[in-house]
Amino acid sequence: MIGVTLDRVSKKFGAAKGVENVDVHIKPGEFFTFLGPSGCGKTTTLRMIAGFYYPSDGRILFGEQNVTNMPPNKRNTGMVFQNYALFPHMTVFENIAFGLQVRKQAKAEIHDKVTRAQKLVHLDGYGQRRIDQLSGGQQQRVALARALVIEPNILLLDEPLSNLDAKLREETRQEIKRLQLELGITTIYVTHDQSEAMSMSDRIMVMKDGVVQQIGAPHEIYNRPVNRFVASFIGESNLWEGTVERLEGGMVDVRVTPDLLLTGLVENASPECKLAVGRKVTLSVRPEAIREAGPSERGEANTMAAKVLLSEFTGISVNYIAQAGPLSVKAMFVGQGHRMRNRDEDVWFAVARDSIYFLG
Amino acid sequence: MSKPEPQLTPPTIRPVSRWNSVTTSPHFVYVLIAPLFLILLGYVIYPFFQTFLQSVKADGSFSLQNYSRFFSLEHTANLEALWTSVYISVLSVITCGIVGVGMAFLLERYEFPGRKLLSVLVLVPMALPPLIGVLSFEFLYGSSGIIPRGLQHLLHLEKPPFTLKGIWGVLVVHTFTMYTYFYMTASSAIRGLDPSLEEAAANLGANRFTVWRRVILPMLTPAIVAASLLVFMISMASYTAPLIFGIERTMTMQIYLSRTNGDLDMASTQSTLLSVVSILFLVLMRWYQGARNYQNMSKGISVHRTEVKSKAGRNTAMVLSFLGVLVLMLPILVIVLLAFSEDGKWTTQVLPPSYTLDHFKDLFTDSKTWRPIANSFKISIAATIGNLLFGVAAAYAVVRMKFKGKTLLDILIMLPWALPGTVVAVNLITAFSEPNAFSFGQVLIGSFWILPLAYFVRHLPLIFRSTSSTLMQTDRSVEEAARNLGASWWYAFRRVVFPMALSGILAGTLLALVEGIGEFVASILLYTNKTTPISVEIFQRMYAFEFGTACAYGVLQIVMIILVLYVSRKLTGGNAGSAI
Repeated sequence: MIGVTLDRVSKKFGAAKGVENVDVHIKPGEFFTFLGPSGCGKTTTLRMIAGFYYPSDGRILFGEQNVTNMPPNKRNTGMVFQNYALFPHMTVFENIAFGLQVRKQAKAEIHDKVTRAQKLVHLDGYGQRRIDQLSGGQQQRVALARALVIEPNILLLDEPLSNLDAKLREETRQEIKRLQLELGITTIYVTHDQSEAMSMSDRIMVMKDGVVQQIGAPHEIYNRPVNRFVASFIGESNLWEGTVERLEGGMVDVRVTPDLLLTGLVENASPECKLAVGRKVTLSVRPEAIREAGPSERGEANTMAAKVLLSEFTGISVNYIAQAGPLSVKAMFVGQGHRMRNRDEDVWFAVARDSIYFLG
Repeated sequence: MSKPEPQLTPPTIRPVSRWNSVTTSPHFVYVLIAPLFLILLGYVIYPFFQTFLQSVKADGSFSLQNYSRFFSLEHTANLEALWTSVYISVLSVITCGIVGVGMAFLLERYEFPGRKLLSVLVLVPMALPPLIGVLSFEFLYGSSGIIPRGLQHLLHLEKPPFTLKGIWGVLVVHTFTMYTYFYMTASSAIRGLDPSLEEAAANLGANRFTVWRRVILPMLTPAIVAASLLVFMISMASYTAPLIFGIERTMTMQIYLSRTNGDLDMASTQSTLLSVVSILFLVLMRWYQGARNYQNMSKGISVHRTEVKSKAGRNTAMVLSFLGVLVLMLPILVIVLLAFSEDGKWTTQVLPPSYTLDHFKDLFTDSKTWRPIANSFKISIAATIGNLLFGVAAAYAVVRMKFKGKTLLDILIMLPWALPGTVVAVNLITAFSEPNAFSFGQVLIGSFWILPLAYFVRHLPLIFRSTSSTLMQTDRSVEEAARNLGASWWYAFRRVVFPMALSGILAGTLLALVEGIGEFVASILLYTNKTTPISVEIFQRMYAFEFGTACAYGVLQIVMIILVLYVSRKLTGGNAGSAI
């Protein structure tokens, strides 16, 4: 097991900036995810770790060793490509054996290791198949076996699930996580799918336009997003603008609309947000944190009357888009024994104090 | 922790080793591609430039005298030649267009008896080496040809009812050998036409005629324009047909005559002017291909063939497709037939009177007849090895590497292909009749090596094109995967890139080899008595009235071409990335 350090790494492509000043230490054995929309620089960063690009600035360390300008074939990383990049002119066995042959291992040893790797990804008996005789999921597992069999220091996964259908994606996701835990290998995972990132990672690095937005455990990123981008990119969120009216005893009152004053906790402010009376702030409230106000609560603090614009029943939950005065509200009720409202019906919402998060 | 972690040690970039810092430098790629540019400079640009220099020189000083001679209105031979070349080419484009597009529509859109056979044989003209193709027409339809004489005999006429000669001969041969360019581009365009487009137009109220005018023809325009430019260019470069049908007033023939008369200044001037026209068309073609592209995006296209149902229609179709098959096969059949005829016995009869197997025996046993075959193979193999090394390296560089001047490299490689063979030969003559750095201080003219060099230059794009098109189809991440698994660049190239591109490389190599064996146009200007290649030998035997031997060589060439076409079709799964 080995850690990876990106020491203020930047990459420019001509005049266009690819990645700017990425500075992060990935711990040995950690499952670390680069998350962001397409074009955010996550794949560029991964390819610098693999050695396909060299940084314009900064250093990359594997453990204590500086690998910044080391060619890719000397790095001993195992990479799974988005399109798998299997060698079409070789069989499954030959594909998996390739890295071991490069390392000039003995034939018997190669055979043992490849057989074991095939078993690991449940492809025993498929050794002599040609690549085009495999399904997408099987190809994916060959790519995984090929990357793992060389016992890499670091496993790199570049959107490995994006070419699979929904059901297979979930299975493979659990499979990858299982393998990672069993082998305890340092893993860097690139995805634009936030639910994938949340469910698998020890830590996530959220990127946008080549700049790191936030690094943290999934629950931190979800519950305490540092800015509007992270709040809206990770899960759904209500983002409301308001002005701070009172700041007292760890409580903060924010006027969102003339009729609506929301009270939250000062400790729930992002590091980028300075709370002061008269300042404009953005409030982030997750839809599932909104509940229906009981008849006795209506009209009290942190409650609002709204008119339903759209309601949908998904099985697990009832989702609303509603209008409270000038404010658009997204709410999600999960198994609350709640009577579903239809379009144009009125509904009362309540927002708990500790579920409001203040952004810069 | 939601803040980025504290700064680590200040970044000092220390490369792992000096060698790494060289190879990872973004400028290192220029070291790798320099040899490619050097070869192009030495064997394409330098000869071309030498020819140009010679054309603007008279008595050792700069003068436009040659050009004023060319355009002089007193001796109009050159202007006439230019005019003849242009109008033959324009007519060729029109006739090839009608035949090629017509055939494409017939074979792609209609189902009739004999369609399958016809759609295989329709590409037969590609299997004819340039000289043999023209000769077969002369044998079949020429003034002493089998068909005119046969008809005369059959109908008891005084004179043959028709003979193919002069410009008409050239035109018919051009149509026969070049309509395939129209056929291939048009039929792939028709196959790519999504039937739902026509259905959509019909659904919106368009009648059949409007659908044709507004939908089908505009969709085919790019294919037709591209093929027109190509055919025009090839017609301008055509040398064999005017030679055999005795049209001396064409550009290529004028160059040949100037050269054989020792007027190298004039040959250079004519070459330069012809090159300008060819390059202009190459540029036009590339620009047009880039500007318009109607590659169809819809999937699951199924071309619907209309079945010819009426009885009269079926019978007409049957007769016509039989005639078509006959016309397509006759050139090859006549060459094969004549290959078995005794030399010098065929005079005024319809068909040769006596037959023998001796020519084929002689080909491989008589050292005198075997010599040209050995020569052709030696020259062609030497040139192809060069093409192979250059083509694969250049294709890899263009597809996989990032550098400035990529388009230039691409154009420089395509240039020799646009240049008429006659011009390539004249360029090499002007450049290598004196020792220089690129010929390693040797005089190449009159030596063996000038021919492999000419073949190398002429067939420069073949392996390059076929390799780069297969490389483009393979994902570069496969190579990265190999590197990631620990393979060095060379190991990855050997085990992954090369095997994956092998089908394309092999198809191109075979094509270059076989084109070399059929090469005539440049050879006729460059050969010596010791290095006579097959095609030149055929030409000489023809003049000695040894038709049998000449055709036996021809059969050998045809068999090799058919073999190569078959193998490369198998290799590339039908879409050979040829130089078209």
